[in-house]
Amino acid sequence: MTDVAALLQRQSFVELPARSRCQHLLDDADQRELLGPFERLTSPWLPKQNIVTQSDDGVVIMRGTLGDTKVVIAAVEPAFQGGSMGEVGGAKIAGALACALADAENGDPVVPILLLETGGVRLQEANCGLAAIAEIHDMIVALREHGPVIGVITGPVGCFGGMSIAAGLCSELIVTREARLGLNGPQVIEQEAGVDEFDSRDRPMIWSLLGGEQRVATGLAEALVGDDVAAIRDLLARHVTASPKPLARTTDIARFEALLETVAPTERATARTTRDAFAQTTGAA
Amino acid sequence: MQTLSFDYPAGPPAARRALAGVVGSGDLEVLLEPGDSGRTTVAIATSVDGVDEIWRAVIDRIFADDGLPALKVEINDFGATPAVVRLRIAQAMEQTSPEARHD
Repeated sequence: MTDVAALLQRQSFVELPARSRCQHLLDDADQRELLGPFERLTSPWLPKQNIVTQSDDGVVIMRGTLGDTKVVIAAVEPAFQGGSMGEVGGAKIAGALACALADAENGDPVVPILLLETGGVRLQEANCGLAAIAEIHDMIVALREHGPVIGVITGPVGCFGGMSIAAGLCSELIVTREARLGLNGPQVIEQEAGVDEFDSRDRPMIWSLLGGEQRVATGLAEALVGDDVAAIRDLLARHVTASPKPLARTTDIARFEALLETVAPTERATARTTRDAFAQTTGAA
Repeated sequence: MQTLSFDYPAGPPAARRALAGVVGSGDLEVLLEPGDSGRTTVAIATSVDGVDEIWRAVIDRIFADDGLPALKVEINDFGATPAVVRLRIAQAMEQTSPEARHD
């Protein structure tokens, strides 16, 4: 907190809507949106339930370059329906990833970057949204064979539900301190397991367990970055050219099963005990 | 959800299309496209029912001036206040002018 000038010049990424996030990350030249808002690919399900649609269904797909690397960015709009994944928005991401896969197979790789800000499936679209999320998972796994697939979670929504699995499947996951990553969100855990298990109003506890810092410390995310457009862009520029690491997070199932064996469900987990458990069994922290 | 539509006389078609805002709490999305010469149409979908008169007053005040370029306006509203509505429409209209940076 000492460098006041740097703080004043910093441009927040978290505060930007999805389209601006893409525009700020891509090089100015040749950036273009695919299936943009004027195509009007909106949700067919929301109007039937008296809910206002958004012209891009809350997902922005943009092609361009980052440095000299061709990339495609898929960004979820956090403000629209809690960043939820509907049938159309999910299909846009899956389609963009399918195009990237075809390009990679033809020897012309385009690195996918997913800006995940989502509570998971849009409940109003149920199975149609889930099917789209499953396609996204499928594409990420296929794309990892060819190069990096980079996920970014910055906040304010975090990344939950089926899309938290998508985040986990990414070969590189970049998070901020404000980011949260979890299969179930705090309110869902409280509803299912009780307030003694998880108090969804206890914000320090939530971030200590689901927050970006903890996820990096336990090896479930690769890099921690500040809420700063330039810093996120620089970090991404390095990651898009790096060759992906071995995918221990999704392939080394035995180690995670061994970790689960050490957990005593009667004891309340804390950030410290969780980090220790991960350190002992997976070598993280 | 309620849908509303309004119609106004206007000048020649606007130079280009533009977008402002998102369908988030207290905000709205405004899509502007060049309209048919001499006519501006406004189609609104809003999450708040029963405030037709306020919408008419806000939209009338902006588009009643028939010297404006012809636009096809689409608004997807999620409970924006009249001030936010005016700001978002102004933001989008600024981008449709020929001098605006095209992006």
